[in-house]
Amino acid sequence: MTLQAFAPIGVLIIIALIIGVIILMISRVFGPHNPSFRKNAPYESGMKPIGPGTRRMPVKFYLVAVLFIIFDVEVIFFMPWAVAMRDLGVYGLIVMGVFTLILVVGFIYEWKKGALEWE
Amino acid sequence: MIQFDFSTIAFFVFAVLTLGGALGVVTNRNLFRGTIWLMVSLFGVAGLYVLLSAPFLAAVQVLVYIGAIAILFTFAVMLTRSLTRLNVRYTRLWPSALGAVLLFAMLVIGVIWPVFGGNELYNQPISDVVRTTTDLGVALVSGEGYVLPFEVASILLTGAMIGAIVIARDADEEEMEQ
Repeated sequence: MTLQAFAPIGVLIIIALIIGVIILMISRVFGPHNPSFRKNAPYESGMKPIGPGTRRMPVKFYLVAVLFIIFDVEVIFFMPWAVAMRDLGVYGLIVMGVFTLILVVGFIYEWKKGALEWE
Repeated sequence: MIQFDFSTIAFFVFAVLTLGGALGVVTNRNLFRGTIWLMVSLFGVAGLYVLLSAPFLAAVQVLVYIGAIAILFTFAVMLTRSLTRLNVRYTRLWPSALGAVLLFAMLVIGVIWPVFGGNELYNQPISDVVRTTTDLGVALVSGEGYVLPFEVASILLTGAMIGAIVIARDADEEEMEQ
């Protein structure tokens, strides 16, 4: 695999960087910029803030992130199989079926426990 | 003398991203900004993987490390008590410094010296064959390859999933009771 195959990704990254810089520069150059203490407050023309603006998040967010990582790693295992799927045929499908079946057990547990619900 | 072709320039760009990002992580007092710098560093490593003709590893790096682990770090930072106002100064500097020096010595003795110390064994490439993602897919599934570790990995993932639910649910219910 030569580096030329990655040229589209490189172009994409460069375009994304340029667009990001341009958008930041536009608001910096053309926007009025005269801040005051009130304007920099978290809520302008509102109540005076009580206590810190940063609160601890519920642990539910963390659970969602951990579950997302696990599904992400599963995708990583699917990826090389999907690339080689046509060469592997039915045998590859069976092996992947067993792999998925074991994971579905965990998925059903997750579902039944209500870990996917946001109460 | 180094030849300044395209891949060399790309290597230096990614090396600067990796080391600069890592420097940003350790020098930033704001944990949240440190996490963002960590993403920069991990992205540089992904670029280095591409240069080492390991595109699958690069994809894993972007998908899992930047896409998931860094997000988990962000959530972990949000779960901690004071995420931007870190008033507690870390005072145990000497043990940390000793640990860092020991780790660096292990890196030098274990990796840098054997590879760059003029050892003949490391001057040749490990294999002339460039493995592709398709080869990896075949090896993961084939009987003489890694089919058993592949299936065991799914059990490991299921265990991780159930473990995460059990631990986080218990903490959640304790929080409800308070």
